[in-house]
Amino acid sequence: MTATWAWLVLLFPLLGSLTIGLTFKALPDRTAGLIGVAAIVAAFVCGVLALIGLQGEPSESRHVASSLWEYANVGGLKIDLGIYVDPLSIFMVLVVTGVSSLIHIYSYSYMKSDQGYHRFFSYLNFFVFSMLVLVLAGNFVMLIVGWALVGFASYALISYWYRRNTATKAGMKAFVINVIGDIGLYIAAILIFKNLGSVDYGTVFEKAPEVFSTNQWEIVAICLCLLVGAFAKSAQMPFHTWLADAMEGPTPVSSLIHAATMVTAGVYLIARCHTLFELAPTAADVAAFVGLATLLIAGTIALAVTDLKRIIAYSTMSQIGYMFVGVGIGAYSAGMFHLMTHAFFKALLFMAAGSIISAMANMQDIDKMKGFRKAMPFTAATLIIGALALSGFPGMSGWFSKDEIIDFAHFRRGMYDWMWVGMLIGALMTAIYSFRIIFRILPGPACEEAQYLIDKGHVIHGEPKNPATNEVEDTEVGYPGEEHHIAEQAGGMKFAMAILAFLSIVAGVLQIPGVDEVVTKFLEPTFENSVFAHMHPSTGEAWLGLTEGGLISIAGIAIAWLLYIKRPDLPGKFRQRFSAIHTLCVNKWYGDELVDFLVTNPVKAVGRFCNRVFERFAIDGATAGVAGLTRSAGAAVRDIQSGMLRGYALLMLFGILAIAVYFLIRSL
Amino acid sequence: MDIEWYIVLSALLFTVGFIGVLVRRNPVVVLLCLELMLSAGALSLLAFSRMLGNQDGQVFVLIVLVVAACEVVVGLGLVVAMYRRRLPLDVDEMKELKG
Repeated sequence: MTATWAWLVLLFPLLGSLTIGLTFKALPDRTAGLIGVAAIVAAFVCGVLALIGLQGEPSESRHVASSLWEYANVGGLKIDLGIYVDPLSIFMVLVVTGVSSLIHIYSYSYMKSDQGYHRFFSYLNFFVFSMLVLVLAGNFVMLIVGWALVGFASYALISYWYRRNTATKAGMKAFVINVIGDIGLYIAAILIFKNLGSVDYGTVFEKAPEVFSTNQWEIVAICLCLLVGAFAKSAQMPFHTWLADAMEGPTPVSSLIHAATMVTAGVYLIARCHTLFELAPTAADVAAFVGLATLLIAGTIALAVTDLKRIIAYSTMSQIGYMFVGVGIGAYSAGMFHLMTHAFFKALLFMAAGSIISAMANMQDIDKMKGFRKAMPFTAATLIIGALALSGFPGMSGWFSKDEIIDFAHFRRGMYDWMWVGMLIGALMTAIYSFRIIFRILPGPACEEAQYLIDKGHVIHGEPKNPATNEVEDTEVGYPGEEHHIAEQAGGMKFAMAILAFLSIVAGVLQIPGVDEVVTKFLEPTFENSVFAHMHPSTGEAWLGLTEGGLISIAGIAIAWLLYIKRPDLPGKFRQRFSAIHTLCVNKWYGDELVDFLVTNPVKAVGRFCNRVFERFAIDGATAGVAGLTRSAGAAVRDIQSGMLRGYALLMLFGILAIAVYFLIRSL
Repeated sequence: MDIEWYIVLSALLFTVGFIGVLVRRNPVVVLLCLELMLSAGALSLLAFSRMLGNQDGQVFVLIVLVVAACEVVVGLGLVVAMYRRRLPLDVDEMKELKG
C-alpha cells in the first residue's frame, strides 16, 4: 500500500505538468495555476498517506522497494523502473511536496500578470515530478534520470524570461555546470556496477561492506565521483558559480528550486549513500571540508554584494555548506533536519524578497531600498522571522538544526574541532548578513517606491527594465509582466508566507535535545547500520552547544545593528580600509574568473589552435584538394562537349568500330 | 538468293544513312537518314530470320519499327518547335544545347 501511495506521489505532478502543457490553449484564464496547485497538493496528501503506511510497519522492515517494470536487462545489468520508499525518501518527499505546494500557491498570485502563466506552471510541476523521481529512485540509474530531469527543469525555469539575454545565459551556465556533475554521477554508477554487479540500492548497500575494505581506492573513487555530482547540484565549491546567476529566474523559482529543494539534492545523495561514505572516510572528509570552505566563502560574499536575491542565494550556498558538513561528519539526521528547516525559512525569505522586489518594480539593489517596514508590514514581519530563523536566534527552527550540526563536529574532536570553529565563524557571518538585509531595507525614511505604496495604496509601475543591465524591455511573453503583486494585496502569497513563517518559528520543536528528537527517531531505520547513528552528544553537551549558537547569533545581530543602524558610517570606512578584501568579496572571490582561467580559456585556446591547424590545414586542405582535382579534370574534358551533333555521331561511329574491331580480333 | 546480298544491301543502306547524318545539317534530312539506318538494321534482321527459319527476327523488326515511329514523332516535334520559333533549321546552329 505504501508503494502505491508513493507511485501516486510521482503520478500527480507529472499529470499536472502534461495537462497544463498540452491543453493550455483550451484552459480558461487562471485554470493552469489551479491545476498546478491541485496536482502538488494531491502529491503531498499521497506523501502523508505513504508516511502513515510506512509508520505502520515494524521499525526493522520500514523500507519498501517497488518496481513497475524492467527498464533494461542486458549482460547481467538489470535495471528496474523502481522506487525505494524508506524514512529518508519519505522525509524528502514531504519536504519537497510540502514546500512546493506553498510555493505553487504563492506563484498563483505572484505570476498572475505574466504572459507565460501556463508555461510557468507546467515547468514548475515538471520540476516537482523530476525532484520526486530523484528522491524516490530505487537504483542509481533512476537517480541519474531524476538528477538530469531536475537539471533540465532548473535550466528551463532560470531561462523562463527567455527574451532576457542575462537569463538565457544564466540558464546555460547552470545547465553546463550541472551536466559536469551528471558525468561524475555516471562514472560513479558505472564503477558501482563494475565492483558490485548491481545498481540497485538494496543490493549495493548490502554488498558494499563485504566487497570493500575501509578506504580501499575503488570505494574512495566512487564516493569522490558521487561528490562531483553532489557539489555541482548543490552549488558547492568549485561548482558554485551558477547559483548566484540562477537568480535571473522568477522569485518563486529561486525560492523553490534554488533554495528549498533542488540544491539540497547533493545532501540527500550523501545521506542516501552513507553506507558507501562510511567505507570511504576520506571522501566523507572531503565533503565536509568542501562544505566548510563553501560556507565561509559564501558567507563573506553575502556580506559584500548588494543584490537582494543574490545575498539570499549566497546564504543558501552557505547553509548547504552546513548540511554538507553535517552529512560529511556523520550527523545525518541533523543534516536532514537542517535541510528541512532551511527549506522553510529560505523559501520564506525568498518569498518576502519577491514581494519587496515587486514593490520596487523589479529593482533588486538593497542600496535603493529603504523604509519598507511601514509600507509593507506583513512582508517586513515575515522577512524578520526568516532572518531570525536563518541566523539561528534562540527558539527559532534554525537554532535547533544548525547548532546540532555544529555541536556534532565538536563532539567528534580531532580535526573536526577546526570545523567546529569554522562553522561558528560562519554562524556569526550568517547573523550579520541576515540582519544586514533587515536593517538596510526595513527601517528609516521610505524610499520613493515605498512612499508611493504608502500614499497611493498600490505598487509603483516603473519602466520595465532588466535589473542586471538596466536595458528597457517590453512586457510581452518572455519578459516579466508589467504588473507586480505584493503579499499585502494577494491572498495566495499571504497564505503561503504565513504558513512558512509559522513553520520557521516552530519547526524546531521537532528536535529538542533530550526531549523529543522526532526527526532522529523517524530517520533511525535508514541510518541504523551507520557507525555514527548511535553516537550522540549528551543532552547537556547539546544544550551547551545551543547556548553557544544562540549567543553567537545574538552577537551577530548586535554587530549588524551597530554597523547598519547605530554607526551607518562604519561599513563605508571598513570598505575603504579593507578595499582589497571588499573587492574580492564583491567579485565573488573571482570564482567565474578562476573557472575562465582554468577551464574556459584553455579550452578556447585549444579550439583556436585546432581551428588554425586542423581545420584550415587538414580539413580545408582536403576538401579544397578534392574540389580542385574535380575542377581541373572537368576543365580537361570540357572541350569534348561541343554541342556539335554531327561530331557526336562521328565519335560514336569510331567508338562502335573500335569495339567491333576488338571483338573481331578476340574471336579470331 | 544468297544471304550475302541482303547483308551487303543492308550495309550499303546503313552507310548511306550514316554519311547522311554526318554531312547534312538540315534536321529533317538527318531524321530521314536515321530512319534509313534503322531500316538497314531491320533488313539484316529479316534476312537472318529467314536464314535461320525462326520468327524472332521478325518480332524484333516489328519492335524496331514501333520505336522508329516514336522517334520520328519526337524528332519531328522538335523540328516543328524550332520552326515555330523561327530558329534556323540547322543542327550546327543548335550546339548551344550541348546535347
